[in-house]
Amino acid sequence: MSEKPKLAVYWGASCGGCEIALLDLHEKLLDLDAAMDFVFCPCLLDSKKKDLEAFSDGSIAVTLFNGALRTEENVEMAHLLRRKSKLLVAFGSCATGGGVPALANFTSREALLTTIYRDNPSVDNPQGIIPQYSTAVAEGMLLLTPLLARVKHLAREVAVDYFVPGCPPEPHQIWRVIETLLSGELPSAGSTIGCGELTVCDECQRTKEEKRITAFRRNYEFYPEPTVCLLEQGLLCMGIATRSGCGAPCTTANMPCTGCYGAPDGEDDQGAKMVAALGSVMDIGDTAHLSEDAIAEKVAAFLESIPDYAGQFYKYTLARSLLGGRAGR
Amino acid sequence: MTAESCFEPKIIGFLCNWCSYAGADKAGGMQVAYPPNVHIIRVMCSGRVDPQFILSAFAKGADGVVILACHPGECHYKEGNCRALQRHRMLVLLLEPFGIAAERCRLDYVSAGEGAKYRRVITEMVESVRKLGPLAVACGE
Ligand code: FES
Repeated sequence: MSEKPKLAVYWGASCGGCEIALLDLHEKLLDLDAAMDFVFCPCLLDSKKKDLEAFSDGSIAVTLFNGALRTEENVEMAHLLRRKSKLLVAFGSCATGGGVPALANFTSREALLTTIYRDNPSVDNPQGIIPQYSTAVAEGMLLLTPLLARVKHLAREVAVDYFVPGCPPEPHQIWRVIETLLSGELPSAGSTIGCGELTVCDECQRTKEEKRITAFRRNYEFYPEPTVCLLEQGLLCMGIATRSGCGAPCTTANMPCTGCYGAPDGEDDQGAKMVAALGSVMDIGDTAHLSEDAIAEKVAAFLESIPDYAGQFYKYTLARSLLGGRAGR
Repeated sequence: MTAESCFEPKIIGFLCNWCSYAGADKAGGMQVAYPPNVHIIRVMCSGRVDPQFILSAFAKGADGVVILACHPGECHYKEGNCRALQRHRMLVLLLEPFGIAAERCRLDYVSAGEGAKYRRVITEMVESVRKLGPLAVACGE
């Protein structure tokens, strides 16, 4: 019997949801096991770094790498897996665009640590202790992997063959990706796979009409009508600036899309796309007799209802966005 | 000479073909002097300025971006300038957590006849960005 192609699944800075999405293949897992040899996955299998190191370079057929790069350890593992793998796939929103961990790029590493360990209202830390990368104790030195100055997405550090978006990727898309990679007929290098080419609106079943929004509203304020476009109801549903492929489960469950499949095909920046879209559907009312300043004030008042545009629009893609994070100046 | 005083801001200007681009021409015709820091990109309407253009300008080294539109009610495509205004206001809020001050991204109205206003807006823009200093965006690291 010829050897089965090897599969590795690894996590960087992630929540574990991508592995759970893989398990959500359910009975297809048996097909996966029949087709591939699942050799490395610290979340699900008892496999260690030394097991990985023992493989010869390029001997793992496919590695699905989820999670962002937050620590030096994440970077080291990314390089090791790149070396060992024929195909390295950035799997899930954190690996493709930085994901939620990359929202930390709106602040500095130092401010992040002091907020988490000292300033948050629920923290009880009277001595103000902040974790150190090395600490001397009676038994010797305790070492922690250093945090990078900024969160990176996988392709910022190593060459990535394919990108699979989603937080997490939908199981039916995961299966499609595995079938595609095993088929031998590979998509062009560097492409985004396991998704569609349009926007989530294309898959969303709600009725859509002329969009004229007279106020932005937030989830907690009302119970949305279940059949009408959520954006038309004033919710900042990101389907309009988000790649299709998920099948619109969120809008089906009466929740606005939060944008986890990232910017649509051919677009560089999801946040900017959202601004472009919303800027053209806002209806601030009649301005014919108003001064330029009064019009500007009306627009500003309209926008006040949303406290954090950047956090909302870059929830999954900040590391890969045009600006990347907080500027130096 | 300090680094600050030799800093020449690099500013990208998106100018509507029908009004402010002509306004810039007018300023030239009047031979009024204004700082040379603005690199002009002519667009058919301020509504054509995709926010991605603005972010790309910052990402590629601009210290400031100015969008000049037709006055309200005078856009040749009816509501292009009002879309531009709405996008601009939202973009300013979006840019704040990126550490990009509102002064670095300005929208104003200049008509074809307002050579003097063109000069004033450009001069103010260059001076306010000069005060802020150079911008170092994160994606370059
Ligand atoms: S034509 Fe000038 S702003 Fe629209």
